[in-house]
Formats: sequence, structure tokens, C-alpha cells
Amino acid sequence: MEWLTMKQWSPYVVGAAIGLLNCVAFLLSDRPIGCSAAYARTSGMIERLFRGAKVALKPYYRQFAPVVEWEGMLVLGIILGAFLSAKLSGQFRLALVPHRWAEAFGVAPWGRLMAALAGGIFIGLGARWAGGCTSGHGISGTMQLAVSSWIAAACFFAGGIATAMVIFRALGA
Amino acid sequence: MLKGFRASKQVQLAVGLLIGLAFGFLLQKGGVTSYDVILGQLLLQDFTVVKVMLSAVIVGMVGVHMLVTLGLAEMHPKAGSLGGTAVGALIFGVGFGLLGYCPGTIAGAVGNGSLDALFGGLTGALIGAGLFASLYPALERKALHRGDFGDVTLPRLLKVRPWLLVAPMAAALGLLLVVVERAGL
Repeated sequence: MEWLTMKQWSPYVVGAAIGLLNCVAFLLSDRPIGCSAAYARTSGMIERLFRGAKVALKPYYRQFAPVVEWEGMLVLGIILGAFLSAKLSGQFRLALVPHRWAEAFGVAPWGRLMAALAGGIFIGLGARWAGGCTSGHGISGTMQLAVSSWIAAACFFAGGIATAMVIFRALGA
Repeated sequence: MLKGFRASKQVQLAVGLLIGLAFGFLLQKGGVTSYDVILGQLLLQDFTVVKVMLSAVIVGMVGVHMLVTLGLAEMHPKAGSLGGTAVGALIFGVGFGLLGYCPGTIAGAVGNGSLDALFGGLTGALIGAGLFASLYPALERKALHRGDFGDVTLPRLLKVRPWLLVAPMAAALGLLLVVVERAGL
């Protein structure tokens, strides 16, 4: 069982297994793997705690009801699965500032936290705006040869590459 | 039997959790729950993310089309438009570059112990998704239906049988991976 404690597997093995996993989702659940709808539903659940039942009447939450659904369980599972993998290989480590960020901008946590928060807001907004994320469009949609998903995947990476280049090449030390 | 299995809510929540467990385990083992690896991809220095994604697409594409051919599954292509899909995905891209995780890998990075993913990414993504829900009525009127092209797939667009595209696409993406590997990326 040495493979369970390995730090990293071949990206091709991991990718192929994710492709198979997506087939399992189609077979057992009649749906592709996707993550971002769970964020909208959870956001609605949190908002409902503060503002009450009327939140569920918002037009968007009529389509994506603020309840725990398949994708919510999937995201919870991802946290647990990654934790398990990291624990088994001894890679679990609480860290606030990643290496690459620290090399360019130093180890001060506030800058990284603000960038991550801003990035998270853009990701949450953009994923729902586009109707999916790197999983739902980028893997599950492209493999169905959906036109919308190939456009989305191209734009995810175009925007991501441009932003990363600006941050690290133009602003980074 | 498959029908009853798919219709049971409790069973499906459990299936979602189990698939998530496997997905998270794989993402972590692939190294793609790491900010350093994802930024390496966006800076075009480390092609791990592309290798994982393209391998998944090749295997998944062949597998899902096989399931459909066998009558065991149905396709669920997402509808899209320029004002929705393209604009939204570019906004997502900016966030991808700033945060260094996507909605799935945020969760994986949280499992890794990355606190920037927890306090920054997860919190931000919930705020962003809530923001979209609030803006939705206005966006629906003004942006989301601009340049609408529906849930069309490449085979339907080109009016060919799906397998006629699946085979060459799988070969082309495979070749791309060989090129990336040969280039030492």
C-alpha cells in the first residue's frame, strides 16, 4: 500500500482516474462533476441565517435552492479526501502564505490574505456568471464536447495567465 | 435498478460525498491542490495542471460517450452565451490568477491545511457567489443572454456523429501531452 503514502502520483494517472470518476458520476448520479453551484447554495444558506426565509425567494435561489445538495456533499468530500491524502503522505501543514507568493512578496500574511479574498470573490462571481468552473466546464463540459465549456476553459486560462503574469512579472519583486 | 438508485435522495447525497472523497484524494495526489503548482501553470513554467486536466478529458470523453452509446447515461452539456460564459469565465480567470485555486481545489487546499484557501478563497468564493445571486436579475436582463448559443455540442454544430469527433480529439489531445512532455514542461 505504498502508493497511498506517496507524496505525488503521475499527473497522467491522476487525470485518467478523474476521467473515470466522472464516468461513475454520470452512471450512478446522472450528472457530471461540478463544484461551483455548491458555493451559491451555501452562500444562500448563510444569508438565510441572517435575513430569514425570504432569501430563498430571490430568483437565483429559486433555481439553485439554498440547501445541501449533491455538489455540496461533493465539495465536503473533496476537503476530506484531500486531508486524508495529505495526512497519509505527511504533507498536511497549516500554512497561510504559499512559497511562490512568499518569494515574490514576502511572508507577511495580510497581502496574501487580501489577494486570496479578492480572488475568491472574482472566482465565486465568475463561476456562477459563466455557469460552471474548472471542474464543471473545464473537465466535465469539455469532455462532453460542449461548445460553452471549451469557450469557458479557454477564457479561464486566458484570464488566469494574464493575471498571474501581471502579478508576478510586473508587480513581483 | 439504476433509476431507483439515481432517484433516492439519501443515496445520492452519499454518492456525492464518496465521489468527492475520491476526487479530493486524487487532486491532492496530483499536486494540484497546491498554490505553487497552479501558479506554476498560469506562469507557464509547470504543466502539471494541464497534464491532469487533459488526461481527465481524454479518458472521460471516451468513457462518457461509451456510456451514452451503451444507453447507460445521458449527456448534460451546459448552455452558454458570450455575455454569460465568456465574460463570466474571464472574470473567473482574474480570480484564478489572484487566488491560485479554483472552486474544487479551494476545497482540496483547505484539506491540505492551506489557510489562505480557507480564510481567503472559501470566504471570498461564498461572497462572490452570493453577489452573483443578488446581481442575477439585472445580469439576466443585460448580459447573460447576449450572444446566446444554447447547449450545442461540437458534433451537433458540425453535424457529425459524436464518435467521428471523439476519436480524433482524443488523439490530438494525447499528442499535445506528448509534445508538452517532450518539451520538458
